[in-house]
Amino acid sequence: MPVRQDWKVYRNVRTLNKSNKMSIIEINNLTKIYDGSEVEVIAVNGIDLSFDKGEFAAIVGPSGSGKTTFLNLLGGLDRPTSGEVIVDGVNIWNLKSRKLIDFRMNNIGFVFQSYNLIPVLTAKENVEFVMHLQGRPKAERYKRTRELMESVGLADRLNSRPAKLSGGQQQRVAVARALASKPKFILADEPTANLDSKSTENLLDIMENLNKDENITFIFSTHDARVVKKARRVITIEDGKVVWDEKR
Amino acid sequence: MNNIIIAWRNLWRNKRRTLITVASVFFGVLFSTVMTSMQEGSYSSMVDNVVKFYSGYIQVHSEDYWENKTINNTFEPTDSLIDKISQVKEVIHFTPRLESFALASSEEITKGVMVLGVDPVKESQVTGIEKWIEKGRYLNPGDKGILVGIDLAKYLQLDLNDTIVLLSQGYHGISAAGKYPIAGILNFPSPELNRQTLYMELSNCQDFYSAYNLLTSLVIMVKNQYDLPDAMKELRNEISSPFSVMSWNEMQPELVQMIEADRAGGVFMKALLYMIIGFGILGTIMMMISERRREMGVMVAIGMQRFKLGNIIFFETLFIGFLGVLVGFLGSIPIIGYYYNNPIRLPADAAEIMIEMGIEPLLYFSWMPSVFYNQVITIFVITALIAIYPVYKSRTMKVNLALRA
Ligand SMILES: Nc1ncnc2c1ncn2[C@@H]1O[C@H](COP(=O)(O)OP(=O)(O)O)[C@@H](O)[C@H]1O
Ligand SMILES: [Mg+2]
Repeated sequence: MPVRQDWKVYRNVRTLNKSNKMSIIEINNLTKIYDGSEVEVIAVNGIDLSFDKGEFAAIVGPSGSGKTTFLNLLGGLDRPTSGEVIVDGVNIWNLKSRKLIDFRMNNIGFVFQSYNLIPVLTAKENVEFVMHLQGRPKAERYKRTRELMESVGLADRLNSRPAKLSGGQQQRVAVARALASKPKFILADEPTANLDSKSTENLLDIMENLNKDENITFIFSTHDARVVKKARRVITIEDGKVVWDEKR
Repeated sequence: MNNIIIAWRNLWRNKRRTLITVASVFFGVLFSTVMTSMQEGSYSSMVDNVVKFYSGYIQVHSEDYWENKTINNTFEPTDSLIDKISQVKEVIHFTPRLESFALASSEEITKGVMVLGVDPVKESQVTGIEKWIEKGRYLNPGDKGILVGIDLAKYLQLDLNDTIVLLSQGYHGISAAGKYPIAGILNFPSPELNRQTLYMELSNCQDFYSAYNLLTSLVIMVKNQYDLPDAMKELRNEISSPFSVMSWNEMQPELVQMIEADRAGGVFMKALLYMIIGFGILGTIMMMISERRREMGVMVAIGMQRFKLGNIIFFETLFIGFLGVLVGFLGSIPIIGYYYNNPIRLPADAAEIMIEMGIEPLLYFSWMPSVFYNQVITIFVITALIAIYPVYKSRTMKVNLALRA
């Protein structure tokens, strides 16, 4: 018991010290081992990293290198075998399951590779969805939804169901939805993997503008060189380990 | 854009599957309501045949009478007894009777009959026998004429104004004999009554049996079934030895048993049917969940609590159930309504068997609210049970795996 408390104090001091650098995510010795039926897979192997507010960072690596697993651990979607993820001073994996869901709702925006949207809801309703969960008042939801749809260039597709939108449009709605809850950062797992080059460029431009104009933090994985080119920080993962971390 | 709307829209993603599932509930509800209505209708007609046409809801006897129904176990109606009965607020009418048996003869034919000595005015308030007069007239106070059941008259080959000879044993063994003109012929809806009853004016009957001022029973009417327990309680409190108070179901245990057994059979069939329907709904819900794993994962990932996700699927189950109930009612209400007003007349050979058994050859339907709300309750219970599955699934779903689906 005393040991644990010491840890807490230590952690708080550390985050306090770093807060002037605006570090919002701290990852310490993060490890995920999948116990397969035959072999165990070390998908993420002792990663230490931190992210600051306003970063535009790419996680790069070949297929199977552990990008998705890493982002899931970071986003509170998959429980690490060991290590910790600290978001704004909160060790997220110490949260109870319900609290963790609320934490995700209020702090993290997600964009997945595909089929992000709830098919029975229109684009507008998809964007409103999280704000609904958060219990935001109607007027605010209405206003913000329109602003966000505007900022992803889909002001004219408010009432379209996802099936009526192109893949690129769906991903843009997903970005708008991820932003709706005013999260601290956005995790995007290969958001352009299923898009053609034009839609890829378009989505990246939108993300880049949001990052520049509104200081929104994006952490996205990719193995597409054109996407990597746009990133201002490139973290290369191989076999679950960070092998290169470059800011530019 | 709340959970109910999401649930409703999810329902129509696979229209055909939803409609088929709803249709299965529809047929179940249709079948169950019509069957229950028919069952309950026939039970109440059986009970009516006994209660409203003959025994009344409650009877007061001399305490030995039920064990040994002879003219000797009779009683004199005291003022205090009459007072006590009239003071019970559920009691709407009551009437004195002297009932016994006799041999009835025409010129050549003889048959055992049930003789009922009745007060014409009060009897008519209680059992309304007046309205079953098919030929002739009803009894008057002091009347020497008698009323006979239509089948009894046919059997004895007698008609209006013919004379019937009655022979029996009277009070304390005195021999009883008399000749009576037929004043009226009764046609009850109950074949049993038509075959064996003979009504006399009360004092006329007391004369015949030499049972002056004596009664076998006081027949008591309450408004309906639901008033019976209270009335029984009060009467039992007030009236004790040498009298006894009995309700119709105590007097007719075989009828009660028969109804109960038949009802249990119906419940079993309906349970079986609803179980099959329930598994059908479960199958649909399971398919819906497995098709939607990924989007369920997304919903929880972006911050929807698992129980809310469970609620959505619970609403979907509920919608299927209640759509089925709704269209089921839309189907069954006209059917039941029609047959309630026009009972089904059974084909001749079946009718004959039923008449033999003393049952009216008509299939009555019931319009009781329980016929309907029992279905609503059943469907609600089934959907609530089925909903355990999706609620469990959404609680245990692994988000990271669902997202990879
Ligand atoms: N649920 C799981 N169970 C077992 N192994 C898994 C599971 N998820 C991922 N893996 C394995 O972990 C490794 C990393 O996978 P992943 O994080 O998906 O990599 P990437 O996103 O870079 O392609 C792979 O070898 C993959 O097979
Ligand atoms: Mg991946």
